[in-house]
Amino acid sequence: MPTTVPAYGSEAAERLASLADVTASDGALRRFLHGLPGVDAVGLDARAATLGTRSIKTSAKAYAIDLAISMIDLTTLEGADTPGKVRALCAKGVRPGDGAPRVAAICVYPDMVATARQAVADSGVQIASVATAFPAGRTALPVKLADTRDAVAAGADEIDMVIDRGAFLSGRYLEVFEEIKAVKEACARPTGTASDGEAKGATRSAPGGAAHLKVIFETGELQTYDNVRRASWLAMLAGADFIKTSTGKVAVNATPPVTLLMLEAVRDFHATIGVRVGVKPAGGIRTTKDAIKYLVMVNETLGEGWLSADWFRFGASSLLNDLLMQRQKLSTGRYSGPDYVTVD
Amino acid sequence: MSGKTGGRSHRNVKPEGQSGMNAVDRLSVFKTYKLFVGGKFPRSESGRVYEVTDAQGAWLANAPLSSRKDARDAVVAARKAFGGWSGATAYNRGQILYRVAEMLEGRREQFATEVAAAEGIPRPKAAARVNAAIDRWVWYAGWSDKVTQIAGAANPVAGPYFNLSTPEPTGVVAVLAPRDSSFLGLVSVIAPAIVTGNTVVVVASEQAPLPALSLGEVLATSDLPGGVVNILSGKAAELGLPLALHQDVNAIDLTGADGELAVELERAAAENLKRVLRPQPGDSGKGAWSADPGTGRMLALVETKTVWHSMGV
Repeated sequence: MPTTVPAYGSEAAERLASLADVTASDGALRRFLHGLPGVDAVGLDARAATLGTRSIKTSAKAYAIDLAISMIDLTTLEGADTPGKVRALCAKGVRPGDGAPRVAAICVYPDMVATARQAVADSGVQIASVATAFPAGRTALPVKLADTRDAVAAGADEIDMVIDRGAFLSGRYLEVFEEIKAVKEACARPTGTASDGEAKGATRSAPGGAAHLKVIFETGELQTYDNVRRASWLAMLAGADFIKTSTGKVAVNATPPVTLLMLEAVRDFHATIGVRVGVKPAGGIRTTKDAIKYLVMVNETLGEGWLSADWFRFGASSLLNDLLMQRQKLSTGRYSGPDYVTVD
Repeated sequence: MSGKTGGRSHRNVKPEGQSGMNAVDRLSVFKTYKLFVGGKFPRSESGRVYEVTDAQGAWLANAPLSSRKDARDAVVAARKAFGGWSGATAYNRGQILYRVAEMLEGRREQFATEVAAAEGIPRPKAAARVNAAIDRWVWYAGWSDKVTQIAGAANPVAGPYFNLSTPEPTGVVAVLAPRDSSFLGLVSVIAPAIVTGNTVVVVASEQAPLPALSLGEVLATSDLPGGVVNILSGKAAELGLPLALHQDVNAIDLTGADGELAVELERAAAENLKRVLRPQPGDSGKGAWSADPGTGRMLALVETKTVWHSMGV
């Protein structure tokens, strides 16, 4: 097996170049994606269900809760977002309370990036911004790229882009591929436009470098497991640093089977060229129990190497409160309630 | 059941109305008693059950032996239901409680049979207690839109203000139901808690939980929103502590706790300043629950909200 390199490093680009023949033309890419083995849907569902039955208790549970908190992309993506709300969320993300670790990132719309950047300061919490006409992705490419550049210029460390599901579902894979590549290029941080936070970038994962790119598939709209596997490979071939299930804006969001499938795609990709890609399930993960099930899946599929905020994230808003309540339960022995966490 | 003698085809709980049929020729269909949580009928999360016997020690049924996690789930369900139930108009709550009484009326036979078996009393006496329980339910239903009038006030104040005090529901109430009175006592602790807009988690009598679990079936078909009443069967000693310690429970009724347990639970309840209803001397023994209940139980589980409103412009 080739040595492991992170997806955001320069070596990863060289490794990807070795697969250039796969993405040389629309035909070649289609042949490759459709040549991926079909997904055993029944087996996948059963495997995900089995991994959800592990019993994680006491000290292991305490560890899992803190790990899950440190992996959260604390998210607010509402039309009603105000600077005040974003600042409050940032404050909570930096200090969730009771000695809990800080969250991995704050996820906001591009126009809130500057506010969030200022609010988290040099705490080490990253700023993630959705971009490319989130959540539908239905605008022209130049608009999407401008959206991305704006967010990066405002200080975003991570960009969550949505793929063009219309193009993907109608089989125009190369178009999707080129779009992801273009957005990845737009994630590069232009010199001289660095934001205030940039000067203190020592604690950030990409100091002065490009923003990391998460590619959202909106798996609830991809219809089949086979499509999810194809989308995963497509995004990883195009240079995604993370692959993400959903926007949280449609009826079906992250499910254990879909996430397991993406984890397996990441495992296979890693086995092929040694490039390590992260996974982010998002939407519908609200309870500690759910979060721990996902952690079990990561550990069993990808191993401990992925059990860190660098390689696995939860896109969530209400999950943090449940984790904090469970944390209080473990430390005090008393069941906690919503009166003892923030309303947000 | 395997321990039962084969010749016993009649169970004590068989309704008398069926005795005319040739019951010996058919196999009894035994009822699986289940919990009532969030409007659904789950088994205990723990998978445990315990044997419920009649006053003579003969087996009646297996009841779920709830765990602290069942208590936790019930509190979550009660909290979820609180907004809707406390926000409903008093008129609407009264109508729904009256509807419960209507449903109970149709099941009098069943409850009389269960109460007779559970409490070891003759059937006519059990039937009288069931009737009293239904009457009590109706009596409390009537209070829904009247309790504000006796517990609220327009206060005279030295300023140009209307000053109005009204009773507001406390929140989620944990209730340890009476140990002896399996139905009349049960109704007498649930109805006053929910009529003002509280939601409850009830721990049924450990010895006689079957009427309580059957009450769940009545509540499920009475327009009562799921989660307003949650009924658990099991040991008060096991379920009481997590409920008393629970930070999201606002009050606890210790009627079914004996002396030592009541003290322990009251101490635990102090942690988040829960309202505590101590066991009353008249709650057990002969003639318990038969007296006029008064408004005490309702008023113990409300908070007074006072609003100042300026007069004129």
